[in-house]
Amino acid sequence: MTSAIEFKNVVKSFTKTDGSVQYILNGVDFSIPEGKTTVIAGGSGQGKSVTLKLVLGLMQVDSGRIFIQDRDVTGLRGTDLERLRTEFGVLFQSSALFDSLTVFENVALPLRERTKKNQEEIREQVAATLAQFELTGHEEKYPAQLSGGMKKRVGLARAMQLKPSIMLFDEPTTGLDPVMSQEIYHLFARTKAEFGFTSVIVSHDIPKIFNLADQVILLHNGNMDVFGSPEEIQWSDKPYIQEFVKKTMGDIYQSHLVE
Amino acid sequence: MKSNPIAQLGDTGLYVLTDLGRMAIFLLHAFRGMFRRPFRLRELVHQVHFIGAGSLVVIFFTALSTGMVLGLQGYYSLSKFGAEGMLGSAVSLTLIMELGPVLTALMVTGRAGSAMCAEIGIMRISEQIDALDCLAIDPFRYFITPKFIAMLISVPLLTAIFDVVGIAGGYMAGVGLMDVSPGSYIQGMQASVTNHDIRLGIIKSFVFALLVVWICSARGYFVGEIRGAGFGAKSVSRVTTQAVVFSSISVLVFDYLLTAVLL
Repeated sequence: MTSAIEFKNVVKSFTKTDGSVQYILNGVDFSIPEGKTTVIAGGSGQGKSVTLKLVLGLMQVDSGRIFIQDRDVTGLRGTDLERLRTEFGVLFQSSALFDSLTVFENVALPLRERTKKNQEEIREQVAATLAQFELTGHEEKYPAQLSGGMKKRVGLARAMQLKPSIMLFDEPTTGLDPVMSQEIYHLFARTKAEFGFTSVIVSHDIPKIFNLADQVILLHNGNMDVFGSPEEIQWSDKPYIQEFVKKTMGDIYQSHLVE
Repeated sequence: MKSNPIAQLGDTGLYVLTDLGRMAIFLLHAFRGMFRRPFRLRELVHQVHFIGAGSLVVIFFTALSTGMVLGLQGYYSLSKFGAEGMLGSAVSLTLIMELGPVLTALMVTGRAGSAMCAEIGIMRISEQIDALDCLAIDPFRYFITPKFIAMLISVPLLTAIFDVVGIAGGYMAGVGLMDVSPGSYIQGMQASVTNHDIRLGIIKSFVFALLVVWICSARGYFVGEIRGAGFGAKSVSRVTTQAVVFSSISVLVFDYLLTAVLL
């Protein structure tokens, strides 16, 4: 199967204030298959968001190579990096909506800046997207006037405007109540079925998020464990993974053991 | 923290070099943004309105009070030597070459530079700048370069307004309140102010504009990477204070350097 994203022996470290070096990724290798959904899980500060930032070129690796659709993109800069980013759509943890722009302007921004569409075409496409994401009637509102779930929907609508082939979701349900989280998962499933993008989801929302996963990557102390399916995690004999499973998937884990 | 003082010194030196390096790269990106399309004329007009038109009131009152104080002080000093006729010359030269560009830059730093720094800092910590990057939209072309151009347009114009209002203030104090004759005030000004003096004032205003917009926008842009700034809202407040202090000191230092070189 073709890889959408591939890390080869990637090292990323940070220097702490006391001068010591913390390895977030310590020579990791993994591959994200095209068209599938990969969930990146792990405790806080284990490098989940850093992994996304490395993919997007918002941070640079210390060593190792990153391939996007079989193209080496390590250290890419300038217009090459800009071109590469048009392949991606990103839903940020905070939604990252432009707070001085209305919902309509937020969603229209990628079309205005990255395409040659005229005003009429942009208006039509944005109206259709807003209807698809159940945001019709909220066009003139500013992000501060929206609920958390609506902000996520606007963020997703904006990210989908350039029809990316890879979607990255950074903690898509953080700060949302269970009902709203469920709504976001349905929205995810619907848009994925429609657009067929490769998706990478960084999330704490375990085990719910595993329902969407074709593959799971578990980060722990700079290393990664890759599992072909969420079920495989439960049968790992590594102590820290058993600990992780007990903490995050307790009931499911127990029921599987009974089975 | 490193306990060895030499290690601390080296660490600080490396930090300062890194900071200067990223500031230099920031400036290059801001200039490069001027040549990238599509050009954001509407944003430029908005920024000129915010920096220029929005600062008119504070510039007007600062210039008026400065000019009037110069008029009174100048009259007091010059009358000791019987040289009240030189008041127009003293007020206009002081304003055009020194106080006009410096005070305009300081006022713009306080009013627009600080706001600029806070706005960019908030955009950084709320991931809006990352979002622009991820949408393949160059943040420099999109919103930083228009601020640079607007500042370079607005500050020289505000300086010119400052000079005119200040000279009028000097006239009001010297001629209106004291017994300087209107003719000698105007004639003294016309006789002593040369094109070279005006050119010096204009050069200063451009350099100060660049310093203010560069320092204020870069501090906000790099809010997460500035040592000791902390995180979140507090980091934005700290870098904004830092931006105003650095900009003000830079303006005063460069005022001396430019005067020494160009006078």
